[in-house]
Amino acid sequence: MLEIKGLTATIADKEILRGIDLTVPDGEIHAIMGPNGAGKSTLSYVLSGREGYEVTGGSVTFDGRDLLAMEPEERAAAGVFLAFQYPVELPGVGNANFIRTALNAVRRARGEKELDAVGFLKEARGAIKLLHMPDDMLKRNVNVGFSGGEKKRNEILQMALLKPSLALLDETDSGLDIDALKIVAEGVNALRGPNFSSLVITHYQRLLDHIVPDRVHVLAAGRIVRSGGPELALELEAHGYAGLEAA
Amino acid sequence: MPAVTETIETIDRLSGGGYKFGFETNIEMDFVPKGLNEDIVRLISAKKGEPEWMLEWRLKAWRAWQGMEDPHWARIRHPRIDYQDLHYYAAPKGPPPKSLDEVDPELLKTYDKLGIPLNERAALAGVAVDAVFDSVSVATTFRESLAKVGVIFCPISEAIREHPDLVRKYLGSVVPAGDNFYAALNSAVFSDGSFVFIPRGVRCPMELSTYFRINARNTGQFERTLIIAEAGAHVSYLEGCTAPMRDENQLHAAVVELVALDEATIKYSTVQNWYPGDSQGRGGIYNFVTKRGACRGRKSKISWTQVETGSAITWKYPSCILQGEGSTGEFYSVAVTNNFQQADTGTKMIHLAPNTTSTIVSKGISAGQSNNTYRGLVRIMPRAHGARNFTQCDSLLIGDRCGAHTVPYIESRNHSAKVEHEATTSKIAEDQLFYCRSRGLSEEDAVGLIVNGFCRDVLKELPMEFAVEAQKLLAVSLEGSVG
Repeated sequence: MLEIKGLTATIADKEILRGIDLTVPDGEIHAIMGPNGAGKSTLSYVLSGREGYEVTGGSVTFDGRDLLAMEPEERAAAGVFLAFQYPVELPGVGNANFIRTALNAVRRARGEKELDAVGFLKEARGAIKLLHMPDDMLKRNVNVGFSGGEKKRNEILQMALLKPSLALLDETDSGLDIDALKIVAEGVNALRGPNFSSLVITHYQRLLDHIVPDRVHVLAAGRIVRSGGPELALELEAHGYAGLEAA
Repeated sequence: MPAVTETIETIDRLSGGGYKFGFETNIEMDFVPKGLNEDIVRLISAKKGEPEWMLEWRLKAWRAWQGMEDPHWARIRHPRIDYQDLHYYAAPKGPPPKSLDEVDPELLKTYDKLGIPLNERAALAGVAVDAVFDSVSVATTFRESLAKVGVIFCPISEAIREHPDLVRKYLGSVVPAGDNFYAALNSAVFSDGSFVFIPRGVRCPMELSTYFRINARNTGQFERTLIIAEAGAHVSYLEGCTAPMRDENQLHAAVVELVALDEATIKYSTVQNWYPGDSQGRGGIYNFVTKRGACRGRKSKISWTQVETGSAITWKYPSCILQGEGSTGEFYSVAVTNNFQQADTGTKMIHLAPNTTSTIVSKGISAGQSNNTYRGLVRIMPRAHGARNFTQCDSLLIGDRCGAHTVPYIESRNHSAKVEHEATTSKIAEDQLFYCRSRGLSEEDAVGLIVNGFCRDVLKELPMEFAVEAQKLLAVSLEGSVG
């Protein structure tokens, strides 16, 4: 379970998060919606431990552990995964090698057996099939020369293989056509289960047609200003975010 | 500072860095007295049982050296070297072993520890090794099987005695005795190294490799390597180097000469891991090396691949002289500097003949407070119609206290020549590191992965057997460089 209490954070002394309270129980998917500049990406970076984001108050625990005290790689080992809004290119680094190295680092940290190249390829091919991706996805360099849609799908491929217990999806739907969007949603839905929870950050309701959230929260000016069921997303789609800051 | 980095730095302080080969072999050694004079040159020659012509050749070099000054144009700094305060010859005591069975077990153990078993049954399949310990070759494996196809692979001191015609014909023909200060010094006092001869039309059935180990204190290593590939011959050769960890600097001044005749190919790879000094810049090897290949024959090819992670100072420019029409020169280099290391390295591609081509791919990685310079010359001579060169020169900076410098010299005297130079300088981006760490990689592993990716174009040129080793070496060399 993810528990965020009174979380405040700054970037270069500018306050972005102004007191976030949010609980995501195991097995649930929560959507975070909100206008540009509301602090959605900041929230995902603070949860995954990016440098440059200073937590000034509040607490975050995941499965009872103090998430904020952990290094980014320790959070990954604990089961946290961030699907980047802008996935990063790693020139010269093969995708298969990258994902296997990551997977084995996480497995080591969890006290599990490492996967050899053959075992990994088997798993990876299965995931690729599930996500309707081309086979050469594994052979190419990480995100280098990938289209926007391919980059996003590569994030989902990594997620499928790393099998996190908490997935933070930062606008994974942006720049995707409807077919790609469905594939991404399938990837997330495939992980759904009692030990998987997710924070889906998005601008648009359309992703939530395919990943149906348990709860929807509206983030505005660094605070959660409304929470509700999936119907809240539909309401926002119809009326926009105007006036929410004041609510 | 992240906890992981802190731990690694603590271990670094305790162990003197990630350098794994810094142990010393305790063995009785035979030294010539410190200092350099004509008598020492004569003594080394006598110890090797050399013929008169060889001694004369050395003495000529010795006389030339006396009138020379050490070069000051490179971007390196070090205190004056006292050339009279060094031993110029150090070898394990006793008569030279005639076979592996006679080699001192202590030495065999040393090479086992270095991961180079000399026992042919335990050796890496398909790789023949010449093991040079300080001033002498202690063993050369697979000589018999190579001899069956006419390949000569032996210590150069032996070649001088057994194959004098070949040595006389080619020694100093690519790097003349008076070529430069360090080459002259080497020519006067060189003690051992490898000799390779691949006869006409033979494709060498094994990888050949020489493993250089400096062990003795206050001793310089001056090795000499000569590789000749006759028409249509083909050989892949690799050298590796390590030394114990010591607080004082040690000098290594080698000369390597390659000769490729018509349609011959020589692929020369180096994994240089001399002791780089500690994190405060104490100790380490001064690696002042002259390497040059002559593409004498039509359509011959010489390819240099180097992975340079060691040495306090590296000064070397493996070069190609493209004399044969349609010949090809290649230089692929990864140079890593960390802490206080200094590297000034690159290549020279001299296009003399028509339709010659050269490729240069250099990847420099600087970390800590180190300085890393690429210095390269591409010279197209008037007769080299249709010559082509492509140069790619990339620098990667880790941290904000190191330096990367690129000094290309391009001289074209032929209008039909085409010369391209591309250069980039980048830092490991924060977002790349975070991306890797968010997937579970430690900071150190993330740097290793990104650096290996950066060097991929060069690493893929290494023989398969050594590529993995080189990748690990890169990661170890950069330990403690982030955070």
